[in-house]
Amino acid sequence: MVKVQVWGSLKPALEGADEIELEAASIREVLDQLSENYPAMKQAIMRGVSVSVDGRMYANAVMVPLQPDSEVFVLPKLVGG
Amino acid sequence: MNFQPGKDTLKREFKTVGKRTPRPDGLDKVTGRARFGADMTAPGMLWGLILRSPHAHARIKKIDTSKAEAVNGVHAVITSADFGPCPDDVLDIRENVMARDKALYDGHAVAAVAATSRAAAKQALKLIKVDYEVLPHVTDVDEAMKPSAPIINKKLFTQGLDKTPTKPSNVAERFEFGHGDVDAGLKQADLVIERTFKTEATHQGYIEPHACLASMGTDGMGDLWCCTQGHFMVRQVCSALLGMDASALRVTASEIGGGFGGKTTVFIEPVALALSLKSNRPVKVVMSRSEVLRASGPTSSTSIDVKIGMNKDGTMTAGDATLRYQGGAFPGSAVPYGAMAAFACYDLKAVRAVGYDVIANRPKQAAYRAPGAPMAAYAVESVVDELCKELNLDPLDVRLKNASSDGSRASYGPNFDVIGLRATLEAAKAHPHYKAKLGPNQGRGVACGFWFNFGGETSVSLNVSADGTIGLSVGTPDIGGSRASIGNMAAEELGVPHDKIRCIIADTASLGYNDVTDGSRVTFASGLAAINAARDAIGKLCERAAGIWGIPVDAVTWEDGAARPSSPNAGKHEPLTLADIAAQAGATGGPISGHCEINAEGAGVSFATHLVDTEVDPETGYVKILRYTVFQDAGKAVHPAYVEGQYQGGAVQGIGWALNEEYIYGKDGRLQNAGFLDYRIPVASDLPMIDAVIVEVPNPGHPYGVRGVGETSIVPPLAAISNSVSGAAGVRMTQLPMSPPKVLEALGRI
Amino acid sequence: MFQIQVSTSINGDDTEFSCEADETLLDVLRDRLGMTGSKEGCGTGDCGACSVIVDGRLVCSCLMLGAEAQDREIETIEGMADGTELHPLQQKFLDHAALQCGVCTPGFLIAAKSLLERNDDPTEEEVRYWLAGNLCRCTGYDKIVRAVLDTAKDMRKPAKTKKPTAKKRVKA
Repeated sequence: MVKVQVWGSLKPALEGADEIELEAASIREVLDQLSENYPAMKQAIMRGVSVSVDGRMYANAVMVPLQPDSEVFVLPKLVGG
Repeated sequence: MNFQPGKDTLKREFKTVGKRTPRPDGLDKVTGRARFGADMTAPGMLWGLILRSPHAHARIKKIDTSKAEAVNGVHAVITSADFGPCPDDVLDIRENVMARDKALYDGHAVAAVAATSRAAAKQALKLIKVDYEVLPHVTDVDEAMKPSAPIINKKLFTQGLDKTPTKPSNVAERFEFGHGDVDAGLKQADLVIERTFKTEATHQGYIEPHACLASMGTDGMGDLWCCTQGHFMVRQVCSALLGMDASALRVTASEIGGGFGGKTTVFIEPVALALSLKSNRPVKVVMSRSEVLRASGPTSSTSIDVKIGMNKDGTMTAGDATLRYQGGAFPGSAVPYGAMAAFACYDLKAVRAVGYDVIANRPKQAAYRAPGAPMAAYAVESVVDELCKELNLDPLDVRLKNASSDGSRASYGPNFDVIGLRATLEAAKAHPHYKAKLGPNQGRGVACGFWFNFGGETSVSLNVSADGTIGLSVGTPDIGGSRASIGNMAAEELGVPHDKIRCIIADTASLGYNDVTDGSRVTFASGLAAINAARDAIGKLCERAAGIWGIPVDAVTWEDGAARPSSPNAGKHEPLTLADIAAQAGATGGPISGHCEINAEGAGVSFATHLVDTEVDPETGYVKILRYTVFQDAGKAVHPAYVEGQYQGGAVQGIGWALNEEYIYGKDGRLQNAGFLDYRIPVASDLPMIDAVIVEVPNPGHPYGVRGVGETSIVPPLAAISNSVSGAAGVRMTQLPMSPPKVLEALGRI
Repeated sequence: MFQIQVSTSINGDDTEFSCEADETLLDVLRDRLGMTGSKEGCGTGDCGACSVIVDGRLVCSCLMLGAEAQDREIETIEGMADGTELHPLQQKFLDHAALQCGVCTPGFLIAAKSLLERNDDPTEEEVRYWLAGNLCRCTGYDKIVRAVLDTAKDMRKPAKTKKPTAKKRVKA
């Protein structure tokens, strides 16, 4: 199971859970399941999020493969200067 | 052939990378030949000017343009009515480039004209009659959060709360990051210090004002020349705002006279396109400096509470911060990045950062070099400094004790990969600057800083000419010498001299999409793509050599700029250089090019430690920077001179932010210092030399170990200088800028 | 509209133009003569990006009227190199990486040239104060100051016989 944490303003959308576990083989599958199970997250995900997988940051890539024990953080979409 | 993290070796001898080679755009820039945003003209060109609101907050009841239209030489007058419907994700940008129902800040665009001369356009602007109903306004972040504040957007309900509120407010969103039990951590501490800090908005202050030349035709095609950090972004946003096909608009990035994040969005470009569409003539729009300051992206102003617990041995037990950033009249301040970056330098068991994104009657903030992070670091590093002082501990030792390191959990969630914070701290500790003696009224400040660094969407094309020289097309505008760095990486990979490669910034029709030049991503991502494109080309060159020799391609290897048989078994063949193969390209299968289209991954985060000595004049409150040293991890410095330049430039922008620069609003909500005389950025006589120490802890996510270097250098200075001034003045400074009146006030002199 | 006829010398070339009474020299250079090397960073004389030399004196061309150019000798960045040979300052700016975006560079080069024509051995402090009217946002000035000091040092060397000929060109 992939461990998923959701941070920033998205956190309340998880309805109290600190961390959830999912069966997912890619970032896309994580985001799809979050959108489906937590309606409050759907809009935020559509607006764009950044995702960290095992310490590596992905600004908008979703095809990134996950390992069964991957640690995933869903974060606000990053911008730079 | 693409780079695989972990599979390529980082330990290699470089031939071109790491050398201070000349830059391909150098000659043009020292002779005045380089063409920047305002330097282009077109046949039949008109001049566009923009009318701006003099009110901080006002309903636009009516705009009468008839008199302006009647001015001789005027060919188009536009208002928001000339922009049709657009997708939701660019609504705020449309509203910002041309006010619709309300003017939301002093300087908000309300109408524009295009005329045959600037004089005619100026005359027409004066004849546009706007009927305003002035509304109450708010410009301060703390004031804007109060329930009694004027509500700027009645449709704005705070996101990110457990329950969405029923009443609108100026708080757009709440963010929270962190882990562990912060309250328990603070309870364990021998000493807890809590402070509140305020920072004023600053402007990116690029010397080149926004400028563009738009040419729209009645056939639906358009061309746009502009100074931007991302011409693909410009194409995407402008085509959406004008309802045209993205590919019908070709955007060419001019040379860019500085951006620092401020040119990662659009302001005048859609206006110029709309004027051109309406007049059927090319239209040039150039902002004045006053327009740049009033209406293009400054930073947020902020108000930040920080509470940190520390034990007598220097161990930090917990960190807690609440950050309030106003980002102008639209949601989207950099507060989430501030909250994420606030404690990133520390390996804390318990940490929490809460951010509030607040709107106010100010221009929509734009990214500025490590957006959001300098203010957060200022607050956190100030409290760390005060804890060290109170507990009589060395500030570098305390940072070394608590520093984030390889594998430690970042305050914003994930675990760090290989990082260089410790290396910068150790370099600072060993440096003579840290041991130098201080005189009376002098102080030394230390601070660390962090920035994420990005990869992102990148497309590069590498074309081999018949003589074996290389044209390298990249899609990321070059702000500080990146063409040299990217070209050098391609040269390294191909094994050819750097001057056999000409790197250019190609237009939007010539390459796949490229993200903007931001997030310190260009040398990393376009460099990675150039390396991959070179490897792609090498594969093809080896195929040609194999064909010429009549041997299998896997029996050919590329070394030192030439194809060679990989082993004696492959037969005896003289090496074929790039030029040898290129000369036969037509006969052996046609032109040879290498390409790379990626969403670059593996950008390594970046850390820096800054040391600064200041002297405070107790009579005048003037702060002099005596000595400044930057220690920053570059992973691998591709072009050390430009890496140093990034360190020095970021530090000096930070010096300006710390000491001089601020947006000053009057009671009427109008900006009072919209010019370089009163919005004073540092000048040469304010400064000493800035020593730049390059630390290299290779990034495992790049074949040469490269990390972005552009942004981190502005993160530590605010805190480092404040810590230095606090030491020199003997009183803790909690507001920026530390202009003479503020220093005198802190000293109790006024 | 009434226009003023002006005869002047720019980088040694006799030049004629007509301009409005309220047009700045910078606007004339850029918009009428196509000499876009001088830049407008502020239009109020605060940034020095439009620096030119008028009769040997360093001037912000945004603060001078085009009409005032009558019978003057004006030097701009476009005339700084002597044919194919760069002015030593131009070369040193490249060698020292004293530019990043490059938009302030023409102004700095003109201002630095004006300094070295007055003082061939400036101290670091003198360089910093002379260049205080030129804003650079990219470099933090470190490499610019070094480039100017290094140029001055080289130009003082007797071995370097080939002196820049800008002065001669102006008088031409």
